[in-house]
Amino acid sequence: MKKIEAIIRRSKFEDVKEALLDADIEWFSYYDVRGIGKSREARIYRGVIYDTSSIERILVSIVVRDKNVEKTVQAILKAAKTGEIGDGRIFIIPIEDAIRIRTEERGDIALYNAEQEK
Amino acid sequence: MDNYIDSGNTAWVLISSMLVLLMSIPGIALFYGGLVRRKNVLSVVMQTLFLVSVVSILWVAFGYSWAFDTSLAESGSPLGRFVGGFGKAFLHGITLDTITSQHIPELAFVIFQCMFAVITPALILGAFAERIKFSGFILFIVLWEIIAYFPMAHWVWGGGFLQAMGAIDFAGGTVVHVNAGISALVMAILLGKRDDYRTGHPIMPHNIMFVFLGTCFLWLGWFGFNAGSGLAADGLAANAFLVTHVATATAAITWMAIDWICNKKPTTVGACTGAVAGLVAITPAAGTADLLGAFAIGLVTPVICFCMVAFVKPRFKYDDALDAFGVHGVGGVVGSILTGVFATRFVTGEGGVQGALYGDWHQLWVQVETTLITIAYSAVVTFFLFKLVDAWVGLRVDKRVEEEGLDIYEHGESAYNR
Repeated sequence: MKKIEAIIRRSKFEDVKEALLDADIEWFSYYDVRGIGKSREARIYRGVIYDTSSIERILVSIVVRDKNVEKTVQAILKAAKTGEIGDGRIFIIPIEDAIRIRTEERGDIALYNAEQEK
Repeated sequence: MDNYIDSGNTAWVLISSMLVLLMSIPGIALFYGGLVRRKNVLSVVMQTLFLVSVVSILWVAFGYSWAFDTSLAESGSPLGRFVGGFGKAFLHGITLDTITSQHIPELAFVIFQCMFAVITPALILGAFAERIKFSGFILFIVLWEIIAYFPMAHWVWGGGFLQAMGAIDFAGGTVVHVNAGISALVMAILLGKRDDYRTGHPIMPHNIMFVFLGTCFLWLGWFGFNAGSGLAADGLAANAFLVTHVATATAAITWMAIDWICNKKPTTVGACTGAVAGLVAITPAAGTADLLGAFAIGLVTPVICFCMVAFVKPRFKYDDALDAFGVHGVGGVVGSILTGVFATRFVTGEGGVQGALYGDWHQLWVQVETTLITIAYSAVVTFFLFKLVDAWVGLRVDKRVEEEGLDIYEHGESAYNR
């Protein structure tokens, strides 16, 4: 079981969402995030120039079974890539366990709908 | 005693001027600002605020003179049919006691018309929202105002050739809405799509409450726009007020109904858009239509605008970001033409003009002709201005700027800070 975290362009979110749904990812969470990198743009408030500029990105967080890691990563890569600086990162993190609250099932079974999988 | 000031008329025209200003700021700023994404809301607000300021200055400098001065025409110059001249530049010769026909000070008329000059270019910016460079925008819109709006206002209101033809444009259906709407279409096509715009995947408005508030200000302000255009506090003004309200209410409900039938849900943005379409369409007709005309215009316009926005736009794949053409251009055209259908002697009086519905097809033809001339003129002017400004300073922002938002990159701010 792995968690895949991808930081992607906001403008690519729709594409990534569709790619993930096409790759049979049943659910995922996402967050609006802001990052600070070397590339900066000054902000101005009533004549005072600040250099605290941040860029807005979306962080997509998906927990998948090991066998689905590669196809998820490929889906994100394909949809989120523009080739320009700022396309983002994908992180893969091991997950110890998962529990479905409704049924108290543990492990891989908690991640997917067994009936739909057939 | 012909030379007196009617205090009632003057008061109404001054109040109407304020109402029309409310249409631009905050009306249009909120309406368009709510429809764009959060990264671009300030760019829309800034464009509106800038327009209000710069056009007002242009207006007193020479805009009013170009539109309403008759010195060129009186001197026998053929140019007088197209543009007013410089006789009243910087309001030369207008004193506190200069009276116009409705016994209001000419200064009140200047300020009332100023608000019209302000809102017209503001309508266009819905078409090129989210991707235009501020510097290019400034140059384009100032030139557009001078070359497209001032002459058009002269043609229809200031004694130019369209007025001589007998065109009815009570409050600016052609001058303001068709003119702006067609320019919007041309700009949307020439400027190209937003990078992440894909047909059939609408880019979601970031704040529908703003859209609602903007609609409310537009609806409110439009009473000044239409009911003030007779420059008098009289029965005609009351009728204009009434038909404006009725047509708008009908249009809002009609659009909602279409939404419900076609898309299964009655949406807020839909009802707001319908209201604006109704306001646009009743504008040229407000001085000649009665209740029947108001209902009819309120019913027909949203149907046509909806088709443009929902079917024609995706079909032709242009990115009219906030439907400035779909609502203002199309609504304006429909309204202008229907004016020629529903003009009635109930409003225009004995011997006044009447529309096709009452057996007079001539007026309908005049309306069609006027509308076509407006469409042709503003399309050509916009096309050349785009080419000129695009070559000169550039009109489209860089890819990266569009991606991260115009607010930060063009204005150094973001609207919502944590």
